[in-house]
Amino acid sequence: MSLAELICPAGTPAALRTAVDAGADAVYCGFQDATNARNFPGLNFTPEELAEAVAYAHARGTKVLLALNTYPPAGKVDLWRQAADLGARLGVDAFIVADMGVADYIACTHPQMRLHLSVQAAASSPEAIRYYCENFGVKRVVLPRILTIPEIRQICKEIPCEIETFIFGNHGLMVEGRCSLTNYLTGQSTNMDGVCSPASDVEYRREADGTMFSQLAGFTIDCFGPEEKAGYPTICKGRYRTDHRDDAYYAFEEPISLNLSRLLPELIDAGVHAFKIEGRQRSKSYVRGVVSAFRKAVDDIRAGRPADIADLVALTEGQKQTQGAFETKKWR
Amino acid sequence: MISVTERARRARLPGEAAVARLTCAVVQPLLSRVVRRIAESHPSVFARLGPHQRTAFLIDPVELPFALLLRPDPKALVLRAVPRDPMPDAGAVIRGKFLLLLELIDSEEDGDAAFFSRDLEVSGDTEAVVRLRNALDDMDGSIAEESAAMFGRPGRAILARLRRSYAEART
Amino acid sequence: MAVDKMTKLTLGPLVYHWSADRRRDFYARIADEAPVDEVYLGEVICSKRAPFQEADLPAIIERLERAGKTVILSSLAEVMLKRERKATADLAELEAPEIEINNAAGLYARGRRPHRIGPFMNAYNEATIGWMAAQGATHVCLPAELPAPSIAIAAKAARDLGLGVEVQVFGRASLAVSARCYHARAHGRTKDNCQFVCEDDADGMPLRTTDDRPILRVNGIQTQSETYINLLPETGRLIADGLTHLRLMPQSVDMVEVASVFRSVLGGARDPLEAETALREACGEVRFSNGFYHGQAGYRRIANAVPA
Repeated sequence: MSLAELICPAGTPAALRTAVDAGADAVYCGFQDATNARNFPGLNFTPEELAEAVAYAHARGTKVLLALNTYPPAGKVDLWRQAADLGARLGVDAFIVADMGVADYIACTHPQMRLHLSVQAAASSPEAIRYYCENFGVKRVVLPRILTIPEIRQICKEIPCEIETFIFGNHGLMVEGRCSLTNYLTGQSTNMDGVCSPASDVEYRREADGTMFSQLAGFTIDCFGPEEKAGYPTICKGRYRTDHRDDAYYAFEEPISLNLSRLLPELIDAGVHAFKIEGRQRSKSYVRGVVSAFRKAVDDIRAGRPADIADLVALTEGQKQTQGAFETKKWR
Repeated sequence: MISVTERARRARLPGEAAVARLTCAVVQPLLSRVVRRIAESHPSVFARLGPHQRTAFLIDPVELPFALLLRPDPKALVLRAVPRDPMPDAGAVIRGKFLLLLELIDSEEDGDAAFFSRDLEVSGDTEAVVRLRNALDDMDGSIAEESAAMFGRPGRAILARLRRSYAEART
Repeated sequence: MAVDKMTKLTLGPLVYHWSADRRRDFYARIADEAPVDEVYLGEVICSKRAPFQEADLPAIIERLERAGKTVILSSLAEVMLKRERKATADLAELEAPEIEINNAAGLYARGRRPHRIGPFMNAYNEATIGWMAAQGATHVCLPAELPAPSIAIAAKAARDLGLGVEVQVFGRASLAVSARCYHARAHGRTKDNCQFVCEDDADGMPLRTTDDRPILRVNGIQTQSETYINLLPETGRLIADGLTHLRLMPQSVDMVEVASVFRSVLGGARDPLEAETALREACGEVRFSNGFYHGQAGYRRIANAVPA
């Protein structure tokens, strides 16, 4: 049986300590710049904060993974290289990368460092994964959230590295690392700037009857009735009209979160080494609740007990959860 | 269920504005003391606010007779009780039940979850709100507890009673 | 503007599910009339569509090559299923024509044999381009969202390594791909049961916001821009910055006319502003955009962007 490590989000030093205390096997975090895919206002770590965080985590047996998982635009590659140099100096346990140039730099300059392939690299076949393993010495791949469990099992048999899958949190609909929707409306790029629906372009407008419109850069993304549960103002969770339908509909996906708590035993059996909880942009309260629940579940499964998963639906987007592509091909 | 917005916009009773102004005057010294103490003990908060140290945040606890105006500028920190009528100008407005707001500040509740469930309303500069949220979330300890502790045993007792009634109201 | 006879005009792979007849007629006309130098063929978006094209592909290749066009076969952007893995591996075995790879699975299969890098490969910077060149890449198509200063640096890096370097100058931008088919979803179906409903929308299925503002186009698993990228006014700067190839994406407009307009500007025969009027006429009501190039929201059209 695989170790089933729990990989937990840390948007701030306090969230990192919360995750460590709640039983994370590893935490992942990033610097306060475009080098990671959660480059959100007020989030992330200064070099000093990361140094303290590494000390705190290591003292408690928790690993720290540094996300360097965006794509440097030409002319700005040095920012990513410096972040890698700094991370190596501060003693992080692994880098999570997507860009081949960044991966190549780390493999050549810091050959002792462990490399994880980010979901942003969108490696969804054994061949693609092997490309990164053989060329850059990648030790673990974070799989896109588009595969069924039988497909994951098959991939596991055909690759020389560990597999990490998302088990909870924001349910990305688009292939990560291949999405320019945000840049199309806002001028800020998910791949190059590390933003998705940046808060600076988000506006919530309320009507007298309690209806709420969410807008991104002036485009109406969704409209929630007074009693309706809301979601993030992301383009892929918006409601749109099209010619052959009478009403606006969720053209891509409704506001919903991924929750694979019931599939953990099957995922472990399929050969998944590590479970990732999404949510570096969420609060300590979220981190505490989700990490504790999954810590207990994984411990139960490892001890051969039936896992009793706490109800996490209150923390989910739209207050709805799904098993997404993992459960059935019909999701596609 | 009445939405928090409707609650905030309900018709005011005659004389309510005068009562609100009086209440503001009474609570203001306490607020000033609280905010000064918190700023002294958590200086790192301001860095995460970045350019929004000078943004005016209107924090609107719907069931209280007044709202709170926060300007988190370390050089000129302001937390003021303000009447709702007229609503003061603010860069961002955060509206919800008082204890929900308190629990969000203390990370007892998750802000996104409260937003999804529509218990929390946000308007104005969304980035300012996100920065404030992230700055507060990076603070260890409880602002509610610290504030209550400044007023000794009676302070703690009031907080405990508020929490109980909030918990009951939610179930 | 300097007269340019070196820069090649290319026609990108057709990303829509046009009927076999329409496709045949389209490429016959491109072969006979369109002033493009190179034509990319092959299904890039959906592996379910590929069988519909395969029968005609040899004849189309032959026709285009007879007309003096260079043909390149493009690989799938998303590779997950067995048939997608096989299609990618098979393509990687081709000696001729050239191939353009859009997924790392294709890079794995191709090894160090020569190949082109497609726009889905995320060649955003000089370090990545350098890596790819060392692995046998001969040509790189940059991501559509890359802004001008980065395009210039990437283009110089590519040319210094002896690579061809290309950017899309016309047509809808690919904004996202997914495992889910949004065409099927719009019709209450799943991907496995899609009945090829995407054939109904030759230029993508339009999405509008709830307040009726056009925003995106759905093309199977792909999401595209509502606007057509149009970098006609920017061609001078692109050439000066070292781009060797400019890509036109096939849309449901007169692509021979579109190619002619771009060719006339490249050849110095027409002023970009005057040519713009002709392009406008060819494209009807469609909005143009150049925001990505100017580092702004992609849907925007930045006025007065014509360089001196």
